[in-house]
Amino acid sequence: MEKRLIYLDNNATTPTDPRVVEAMLPYFYEKPGNAASRNHPFGWAAEEAVDYAREQIANLINVDAKEVIFTSGATESDNLALKGVFEMYSRKGNHIITLKTEHKAVLDACGKIEKMGGEVTYLDVDREGLVNLEELEAAIKDNTIMISIMWANNETGVIQPMKAIGDICKKHGVLFMSDATQAIGKIPVDPKEIGIHLMAFTSHKMYGPKGVGALFVNRKNPRVKVTAQMDGGGHERGMRSGTLNVPAIVGFGKAAEIAGQEMAKDAERLSKLRDKLETALKGKLEEVYVNGSVEHRMPHVTNISFKHVEGEGLMMTFNQNIAVSSGSACTSASLEPSYVLVALGLGDDLAHSSIRFSLGRFTKEEDIDYTIEAMAKGVNHMRDLSPIWEMYKDGVDLESIEWSEH
Amino acid sequence: MAYSEKVLEHFKNPRNVGTLDKNSKNVGTGLVGAPECGDVMRLQIEVDDETGVIKDAKFKTFGCGSAIASSSLATEWLKGKSVDEALAIDNMDIVEELALPPVKIHCSVLAEDAIKGAIADYQEKNGMEVTAKVESH
Repeated sequence: MEKRLIYLDNNATTPTDPRVVEAMLPYFYEKPGNAASRNHPFGWAAEEAVDYAREQIANLINVDAKEVIFTSGATESDNLALKGVFEMYSRKGNHIITLKTEHKAVLDACGKIEKMGGEVTYLDVDREGLVNLEELEAAIKDNTIMISIMWANNETGVIQPMKAIGDICKKHGVLFMSDATQAIGKIPVDPKEIGIHLMAFTSHKMYGPKGVGALFVNRKNPRVKVTAQMDGGGHERGMRSGTLNVPAIVGFGKAAEIAGQEMAKDAERLSKLRDKLETALKGKLEEVYVNGSVEHRMPHVTNISFKHVEGEGLMMTFNQNIAVSSGSACTSASLEPSYVLVALGLGDDLAHSSIRFSLGRFTKEEDIDYTIEAMAKGVNHMRDLSPIWEMYKDGVDLESIEWSEH
Repeated sequence: MAYSEKVLEHFKNPRNVGTLDKNSKNVGTGLVGAPECGDVMRLQIEVDDETGVIKDAKFKTFGCGSAIASSSLATEWLKGKSVDEALAIDNMDIVEELALPPVKIHCSVLAEDAIKGAIADYQEKNGMEVTAKVESH
């Protein structure tokens, strides 16, 4: 096979669209102003560019531009939303409800909140990766101030029942925060329609540059406030100090505009390619499992376990030219397999055998055809090497073996 | 993390992949690790009755590239060694030879355990004193 590079790790980060890069370029040298410089043309040009980008982003999610607060990325937005609400609403209560499958930015911020005297409930998900709405409602207490549930999961692409969660939040008068990083720019996202009060997202998952993100903060009914987590010049309506990253914000805005125009078309094309990949792998290989809901998930993502094949080893068979990611422990420093897949009740062995394919705007059909062949070859190679595949084929019950845990 | 040339080489062309008859008196089998941990190594040796020398070694491994390379290397080293010489193989020798990073040292530990497990099985089967000890981790 000829050497080519194929990028199927778009949930990690997306390439910056060349149209975005082009929009950004003038703001490095020709228009270098600080958006907070109010007294000269350089500052005015920068401010104007930021305002325009804010509009572009607000349009994509159907909110008022004043409700978009720029940050350095989704991790900062998650931290600002969670810790900022916890501090601001401390008189109302100190309890937050979230899911075990949330991104680390949410889980670790919640861990910090617990150390600060807060109380956090981490709900289980079902086998499909979905929240149980009855359990969610039952977890609400008098001191609950906020529910934080991600729109779409980064590892599985599973989409939560956002509208139903929004209704529960409304009924009980608690704030609804959502990390929508993986959903925005890929599927229609309208926080007002859902009843979301705070929403974190980032530019580099939607073909914009890295280093810039945003937090949507609802301004009316209710007017939501967060305590700033960074002290300084009082930028972004006092919620996030720090000189605005003008070129990146311009790129973020352009990326949002393009997403608004193209995401429906992209989603349709990518879901077909994703389905082709899944169908072909299931046809060519035995013991292939798709993880998480196939009904409620993002159009460009699939997470597949290849039984009795270890994920990192499998990736090594093709990672000289195909970029994917694995829930295998060996790809992480912790040696623990993906907590998201374990929360789905997958069992550590299948979690170790998982590969996430995340397609993107620049994925071509030839890339998928090549990947199908390479994956099938890689899985067969690894199974030829796998003692547990051999035992499975010989009819040995793997559960009956006393493994030496280490 | 990039892999060393030697790990890549063993991964692409693993030596001595396969299965020996585990019921044969001359064959010792070591099976270590657990599917839940993401690593299972099976290493087998076949010992010559007359000379006490390991004349064949085979492995199969479920695991990452470093685990596969560690077990492939182990089978290479085992062939032609006496049982006592084989017992002297230390996991750090494997780490050094394959230039494994710290996060992959457990792969070499597993390979050492698999060697010891195979020898212990062989010794047990043949009514010998079991000199191979697999430490638990």
